[in-house]
Amino acid sequence: MSTRQFGQPIKRNEDPRLLAGRALFTDDVHLAGMLHVAFLRSDLAHARIRSIDLGGAKERPGVAAVYTADDLGEYWQPGPLLVPPPPVEQLEFHPRTQVPLAKDKVRHAGEAVAVVVAESRYLAEDALDDIFVDYEPLDAVVDLEDALKSGSPLVHDDLGHNINARGTQTKGDWAQAEDAADLVIRRRFHYDRGTAAAMENRGIVASWDDKSQQLTIWDTTQAPIAIRNGLAGMLGLSEHQVRVIAPFIGGGFGPKIMMFYPEEVLLAWATLQLGRPLKWIEDREENFYATTQERGQVHDATMALKNDGTVLGIKDVFLHDAGAYAPYGLTLPISSQCTLLGPYVVPDYHSEFTSVFTNKPIVTPYRGAGRQHGVFVMERLLDIAAEELGIDPISIRRKNYIQPDQFPYSNEIIFQDFTQLTYDSGNYEPALDRALELIGYQEFIREDQPRREAGGKRVGISVVSYIEGTGIGPYEGARVTVEASGKVSVATGVGTQGQGHYTSFAQVVADQVGVAASDVHVVTGDTDLFYWGAGTFASRGAVVAGNAMHAAATKVRDKILKMAGEKLEAAEEDLELIEGRVQVKGVPQTSISIGELAVEANPMRGAVRPGTEPGLEATEYYGPERGATASGVHAMILRVDPETYLLEIEKYVVVHDCGTVINPLILDGQIQGGVAQGIGNAFYEQLHFDENGALLNASLMDYLLPTAADVPNIVSDHMETPSPLNPLGVKGAGEAGAIPVGALFAQALDNAFRDIGLEVREIPLSPNRLFELVTEASARGNA
Amino acid sequence: MDQTISVTVNGRSFERSVEPRLLLSDFLRHELGLTGTHVGCEHGVCGACTVLLDGVAVRSCLLFAVQTDGRDVATVEGLAGGPQALHPLQHGFWEKHGLQCGFCTPGILMSLVPFLEENPDPTEEEIRELLSGNICRCTGYQKIVEAVQLGARLIQEKSA
Ligand code: FES
Ligand code: FES
Repeated sequence: MSTRQFGQPIKRNEDPRLLAGRALFTDDVHLAGMLHVAFLRSDLAHARIRSIDLGGAKERPGVAAVYTADDLGEYWQPGPLLVPPPPVEQLEFHPRTQVPLAKDKVRHAGEAVAVVVAESRYLAEDALDDIFVDYEPLDAVVDLEDALKSGSPLVHDDLGHNINARGTQTKGDWAQAEDAADLVIRRRFHYDRGTAAAMENRGIVASWDDKSQQLTIWDTTQAPIAIRNGLAGMLGLSEHQVRVIAPFIGGGFGPKIMMFYPEEVLLAWATLQLGRPLKWIEDREENFYATTQERGQVHDATMALKNDGTVLGIKDVFLHDAGAYAPYGLTLPISSQCTLLGPYVVPDYHSEFTSVFTNKPIVTPYRGAGRQHGVFVMERLLDIAAEELGIDPISIRRKNYIQPDQFPYSNEIIFQDFTQLTYDSGNYEPALDRALELIGYQEFIREDQPRREAGGKRVGISVVSYIEGTGIGPYEGARVTVEASGKVSVATGVGTQGQGHYTSFAQVVADQVGVAASDVHVVTGDTDLFYWGAGTFASRGAVVAGNAMHAAATKVRDKILKMAGEKLEAAEEDLELIEGRVQVKGVPQTSISIGELAVEANPMRGAVRPGTEPGLEATEYYGPERGATASGVHAMILRVDPETYLLEIEKYVVVHDCGTVINPLILDGQIQGGVAQGIGNAFYEQLHFDENGALLNASLMDYLLPTAADVPNIVSDHMETPSPLNPLGVKGAGEAGAIPVGALFAQALDNAFRDIGLEVREIPLSPNRLFELVTEASARGNA
Repeated sequence: MDQTISVTVNGRSFERSVEPRLLLSDFLRHELGLTGTHVGCEHGVCGACTVLLDGVAVRSCLLFAVQTDGRDVATVEGLAGGPQALHPLQHGFWEKHGLQCGFCTPGILMSLVPFLEENPDPTEEEIRELLSGNICRCTGYQKIVEAVQLGARLIQEKSA
């Protein structure tokens, strides 16, 4: 295997099992004597619990237990704050985190109030109907601005207001920028909530074995190690008594890394009480309430510019919808704040946010995680400014790009990983040029569009840029072991939810150890096989765990060469690793297999020399000093049906730079999937809450996910500006596809309706909403 | 009260006594241990639970197990005809990276089997129309379309 596997479009190791229906997902775990759990959830978004009458639930045949908050005693505790407040000066911060079961008061529709354990899920759900909760309905906090008015109902009464946090970050001096400006643009932008809607809902199987004193949990989580540590602490067990397995996961996208979901806390506790294994699988309706969501923000943004389009500064004041509880601290608003600056030079920046509690489901990061909002505001401001200044949208971007010689580029504010926001590397114009070429920008503007418009069609084009901070710390680790068979096993703590880690990690290791990627067996997400780690989030798997893999594999390579050098009586520099064997360069007759070396490295007799370790194995950790900055340009041509306001995406281009590419097949898949979610977010998916905080479209019938008929083929190209921060040069790619799509839709629609001066300032849209906006714009035009 | 049904699944016959309200999806997964059939929505939208009933693609979350009495069910586990084997369509998906998390995949494969029997050489538009009954949240569908195109070719090559 002399060809490099890193960088090749190798098909995935994990696929045969998945294709044959033999991969283990959480709901596939079946244990003898297993009981099933169902949760009674509040229909009301905001209400005081006067009393709970269990009725005949406990006596119903097949029911093993019924619990409410009172039964949990001391175990009832609000969840931990997952991310402490960042070191931003004069931050106001009022953390409130979720509880295992509501006590006294429910704060969002779907909050769990009671739990039933029974012989089957069917019986458990029957018993839910026996329970009567006497609620005193309270006015709900739904709208972000209303939440801040005096006299608003309160989500957390003890706070006396609905503010979760308030913070300001600045760079330079905004007032100066405003004074020096030829043009100042002011606009309000709305971004509303959606849900990640992974195809697999959440689920947990928890099993306490009294004889071995071991608790085993299968959990659809993106962070098994953190779950183990937390649950062990809460239950008073040693971490070694708790094993958390994140088996195959049917899509994560962020919400599967919330900690701790009430269901996790409860099942782990209840299996200890009952001494029997328990299973809870979320149903789709529960998923709409009980799994976290994201994206509600309102921005009042101002941009100061010179007549030639040079951006002088931005002031942005925004509200962020935290939902009923905020376990993630300020991760999201900080991410929006930082991502807004994009690939542009913005000398003066003033950004001020207020994170607001509402009676809606909990908000935690969902693919993109606050970045969509920042990109939307920035790109819209540039579009609007270009329009007012009479420059084209491409030139204004070009004019303001950070130049290649300006890296590392510091934006002086604090990023979500608590380091100063510094872009490690980037080269933006080539990506822009490539995107323009691939979309056929000039031909479209000059020929196609006028011709088709003359024929009565409505078509628009758009091009937007973005950057993405990826691959943040703290760290991940990996252990690489050569087995006697000559195959290689690799273990790491990050979980995997479809990103192809089994294969991309194998590729990283394979080259070092000199075997085929298909001979590298990767284990992820089992706390008994790897003890340390943080989790899969913020597009960090490939960057952080990938570099740990690389470090461990390099060390194993050194061990192999050292041993083989002694055996073959050759200098290490003269050896090469090919197809699982070590040989003196060009002399295959001399070779020895790494499997044989592995056996010899673990001798049954004699002594391993002091100072050496048995086995061909190494464990290494990697912790990036700060994140690696990926970037990209998306472009689109859109046709609007003049009758139905349905959209057809005629062409979609992505030019993406995520540094060195490990597997282009997997990368394309990540980008395409991200864009599909972005399209859903821009034009199909919106959670509609009424004034009482009730969710009106909690089913896949009413909440529209894009289908194969809605998502176009994507033309993509990759630029490679390797990250100087890590040995592999990789940057994360998991979220990039999804981030700029809202901004792209808005610009294309404005372009298609430029005759009536349409200015889209909100996402998500829908055919109805677009029709309303167009009608309003025409009325304004005619007035 | 429980009802006794006899049903053939992937060529094997089973006799079981089940509650009339037991969904076919739950019966397959939890009574027969055929967990390759997945459940994404329980209300007939996502297609993850698709199986064949007498050769026709159906959503097993919308049927009761008792409705299959005396009938023939096929699930993804039976597709390849052997534990280590893959059906040509599955090969197409593997080659073209037609899956990420793989949760939607069994349902998509089972929707495609009867479709490709009737349309051995479908156009992209026909493929997309068929796929629009199955939701995939990971892939953006592009590589699934390519996978189906390759799978269709491989099926034809095999039968040629
Ligand atoms: S689970 Fe049957 S269609 Fe979704
Ligand atoms: S591959 Fe994950 S839902 Fe389709």
